[in-house]
Amino acid sequence: MTVTAPVARKRSALTKGQLPAFAPYVVLAVALVLGAAILALIGFNAFGWGLVSAILFTIGLVGWSAAVEGGRKSSDKLATCLIVGSFLVALLPLISVIWAVLVNGIPGIISPGFLTTSMNGVTGALDNKSVDEGTKVLGGIYHALLGTVQITLLATVISVPVGLLTAIYLVEYGNDRALARAITFFVDVMTGIPSIVAGLFAAAFFFAVVGPGTKTGAVAAVALSVLMIPVVVRSSEEMLKIVPNELREAAYALGVRKWRTILKVVIPTAISGIASGVTLAIARVIGETAPILVTAGFATTINNNVFGGWMASLPTFIYTQILNPTSPSNPDPSSQRAWGAALVLIILVMILNLGARLIARIFAPKAGR
Amino acid sequence: MSKRIDVKDLNVYYGSFLAVEGVNISIEAKSVTAFIGPSGCGKSTFLRTLNRMHEVLPGARVEGEVLLDGDNLYGAGVDPVTVRSQVGMVFQRPNPFPTMSIRDNVLAGVKLNNKRITKGAADALVEKSLRAANLWNEVKDRLEKPGSGLSGGQQQRLCIARAIAVEPQVILMDEPCSALDPISTLAVEDLINELKDEYTVVIVTHNMQQAARVSDKTAFFNIAGTGKPGKLIEFADTTTIFNNPSQKATEDYVSGRFG
Repeated sequence: MTVTAPVARKRSALTKGQLPAFAPYVVLAVALVLGAAILALIGFNAFGWGLVSAILFTIGLVGWSAAVEGGRKSSDKLATCLIVGSFLVALLPLISVIWAVLVNGIPGIISPGFLTTSMNGVTGALDNKSVDEGTKVLGGIYHALLGTVQITLLATVISVPVGLLTAIYLVEYGNDRALARAITFFVDVMTGIPSIVAGLFAAAFFFAVVGPGTKTGAVAAVALSVLMIPVVVRSSEEMLKIVPNELREAAYALGVRKWRTILKVVIPTAISGIASGVTLAIARVIGETAPILVTAGFATTINNNVFGGWMASLPTFIYTQILNPTSPSNPDPSSQRAWGAALVLIILVMILNLGARLIARIFAPKAGR
Repeated sequence: MSKRIDVKDLNVYYGSFLAVEGVNISIEAKSVTAFIGPSGCGKSTFLRTLNRMHEVLPGARVEGEVLLDGDNLYGAGVDPVTVRSQVGMVFQRPNPFPTMSIRDNVLAGVKLNNKRITKGAADALVEKSLRAANLWNEVKDRLEKPGSGLSGGQQQRLCIARAIAVEPQVILMDEPCSALDPISTLAVEDLINELKDEYTVVIVTHNMQQAARVSDKTAFFNIAGTGKPGKLIEFADTTTIFNNPSQKATEDYVSGRFG
């Protein structure tokens, strides 16, 4: 009676050499130390250290892997390193912008009255005094915030009906007709219009129609809607397209008219996507500077009337505070206000983006049981 | 509450392509008629001409007459919307409206047309339609839940309830069980048997056992080859089609010797 005992083996025949689990950390530590050493020779700076360490890490890990694990695993590690590296590079500007705006903007935003007062009566003398004697930086962005909200709101009121109805025409009635194809083409062209051109168009249009020198919030709103309409058309079109045809047919088969089908079946099904598309379009134009500068001018006082008089907005406020500080000899208070306004603008855009997600979730078709 | 359909010399085109040619058929009121035939032979296309749904596709048009109790669906001045409210349709894939509750799905034909209806009448209509679709007992406690949360078979019966709630004369079904499991299929087939007491039912199916089980009369469509138009080969009592067809092509198809 022979018993064949299983052959004692160190490793399964199904595996090849494997790097230990701690390998990446070891390589990372070595790369960081080596990187620091190399940088110390040529003059240390953090960015260079990161770059050299990343390159060393990639070479080290891929080389070690090639020696132990073979070609397939090492190419996998190389691809992973490249992808993670690109991700970090792409993230770098975002983090750096947010960091800079937070660091510089928080002092501005926490100074009392920043959100509730305008620049009315804030003179260079006051700014000089705050620098020389350490008094509070006066002046705020209330007028600009008000202007931005009003102009953007009016632009939205103009753009959404035009954009949504255009999208409905293209998807539901266009049937690839010559007119539909022409609209699609011109919407694409509009997407590429530089914002300053849109501003000049609106300014020239109102100069011709209303009178020379017409600069109001409404003109700026028209300029912004020129930029906004193509975005709304494009996003709404995509959203209407993905509504399954079966739903339209189901409604038609019940004897529902086409316009009612669109109004009560197609749009409600797509509304979450349309709403978030509109919100993103608003976020896109809220930071426009050039078209507002040529259409709404610039104001330091509160203007509640979007149809009359020059109007401030956050982007133009930032622009003028940096370019023409209230006190030319002491620009620091002005730049503090500009950074504060920039922070407020970024927070507004972020709120809009979060709002878009919230809207999408609220309106999304429910699938509970 | 049901009407007969008579089709005379019907040709269906997609653009310049003749999809179905020369169909003559008479469908009795309060009966179940099954359309069978190979894929692409024009059964579904023909079915969709019976309530002018094919017009939804760009370029589709029709020559000939479809008479609903003597009235030509394609006569001058006929509103396709009126036609569709008399001839309801159930589709291959269940398609309840995802934004609506079960109750609203049943009432869709009423509500989407902005017809006024009292709450009591609406409740009665919902219950009647869901009972007629054999779905009432399964959903009566969750009428306010979304229709998309039901199983596939339940969704299809919800779609049938939705079609019934409009109180049509005729119900067209385009392969209503092809996406369903055998048990749900059985539920829908039982339902078809009950529906014929009140409605004229026309059903397209790929399942010949199903045609044999549910229909009174069967129409066999065939196509001579790719790019050729589909034709109605034979239309007779279901027992005749399956046991003693007069055409060789029908016999080959129903006995599985096709091709």
